[in-house]
Amino acid sequence: MARFRVALAERTASLLVLLVAWEAAARWARSRLFPGPGSVLTTIVDEAVHGGLLHDLGATLSRVAVAFALAMVIGTVLGIAMARSRAIDTLLDSSIVLLLNLPALVIAVLLYIWLGLTEAAAIAAVTFSKLPTVVVTLREGARTLDRDLADMAQSFRLGFWRTFRHVTLPQLSPFFLVASRTGLALIWKIVLVVELLGRPDGIGYAIQVFFQLFDVRRLIAYALAFVAVVLAVEWGVLQPLERRLARWRR
Amino acid sequence: MAPVTVGIAVDIHEKRYPGHAGAEPVTALRSLQARVAPSEFCVITGPSGCGKTTLLNIIAGLDRDFAGTLSFAPSDGGVPRVGYVFQSPRLLPWRTVRENVALVRPRHADKTELDGLLTDVGVADMADAYPAQLSGGMARRAALARAFAIAPDLLLMDEPFLSLDAAAADRLRRLLLRLVSARPATVLFVTHDLAEAVELADRVLVVSPAPGRVVAEMPIVLPRDRRRDCDTLAALRTELARLAGHPIEPDPSADPIAIP
Repeated sequence: MARFRVALAERTASLLVLLVAWEAAARWARSRLFPGPGSVLTTIVDEAVHGGLLHDLGATLSRVAVAFALAMVIGTVLGIAMARSRAIDTLLDSSIVLLLNLPALVIAVLLYIWLGLTEAAAIAAVTFSKLPTVVVTLREGARTLDRDLADMAQSFRLGFWRTFRHVTLPQLSPFFLVASRTGLALIWKIVLVVELLGRPDGIGYAIQVFFQLFDVRRLIAYALAFVAVVLAVEWGVLQPLERRLARWRR
Repeated sequence: MAPVTVGIAVDIHEKRYPGHAGAEPVTALRSLQARVAPSEFCVITGPSGCGKTTLLNIIAGLDRDFAGTLSFAPSDGGVPRVGYVFQSPRLLPWRTVRENVALVRPRHADKTELDGLLTDVGVADMADAYPAQLSGGMARRAALARAFAIAPDLLLMDEPFLSLDAAAADRLRRLLLRLVSARPATVLFVTHDLAEAVELADRVLVVSPAPGRVVAEMPIVLPRDRRRDCDTLAALRTELARLAGHPIEPDPSADPIAIP
């Protein structure tokens, strides 16, 4: 608890430094194009209460959630299948390598052309951008599965689900966590590009509108609100999950 | 439910491992026949690499890639419940001792029975510890508890007390005999240690160097409490070593009977 308080104090101090520097720079610049932290914060509150901030944020987050879930589930299944079967690995490997090296922008543009400017195209674009890293990570993980523990599970007849839950999944969890982390970091960025290109709502769309209006105050307000959510997920979900999964390590 | 123990009839014409990267395939077992009676404590001994572990894996059903037959009696009893104690404890590192043992039991099994077993085996104090926190002896006790947790018809043990100091191994051997007499099971026990073989077995099977087959067997009818007498033990060991026809003690300096 004491350590937590120290960490909190340090974090607050470093945030203060940032805010003071920002405020000073804004006062020195005295420009509509470089608003200070005070006016940005009031804009966040104002937009949340009267404007479209919450709607756009909700739209973006639901896209992130759906694409993330799809990519993790499909990627995990494909990754394990490719680790288990040489035939599947050989058949899919080139596609994975291609997808891994295809810029997300290209994927998004192509899907918008083929599927129209639809929600499905947007989510598919984000999913496909993230999918290959999940596949590659989980394939690596599934290749390191312990043969001895699998034999143990088989000789005690644990059955498919109990083996998967208690023997296989815990061995994959570090890889799963790495895939989630790098995946989320990637998705947060890609989803804005996809929205900017072809969606009528979401943070990415809003940023495009504010760019055209040269409305830097709102632009920063929306971006900061988005970053706050990303950090909340990191500190509130991913880090506690990581600690929980690592409990048994000494 | 009355415990049903099983007899085993195994008849292996040949068991081969494919050679890796162009190497010659290795024949682990050839013309190996063995019969084990229900409730018998059968010890298998032989030189390193003679296929003892392979034989246990075949009987456990982990390895079906062999030429030959394997059957259990009574044959109408279906597949026997097998408790396997591996050479290393093979506990799940991410589950506590209690969770490791509970995992192999039926989902709604009696909890007090589990606690009783953990106490019997002597791991009750460490029940909520993770395997990384256990000593070697404790981890082996936990593995033993797991094998007994399923009320096995057949207990397969692959050098289960290896790498323990003599006193700890001795305690665990007595624990094993106590558990087996409390709940009868057919036991197949692999060891290098002839003194251990003589102390535990109803019958000792001696396996030849690879490709392994049974070259000798020795029933031991003497009551177990009289086997601890050094002269008897030495006589039986000498007899066993003669039957084996080759030195199978890995290291004479580690001779367990030298320790009082």
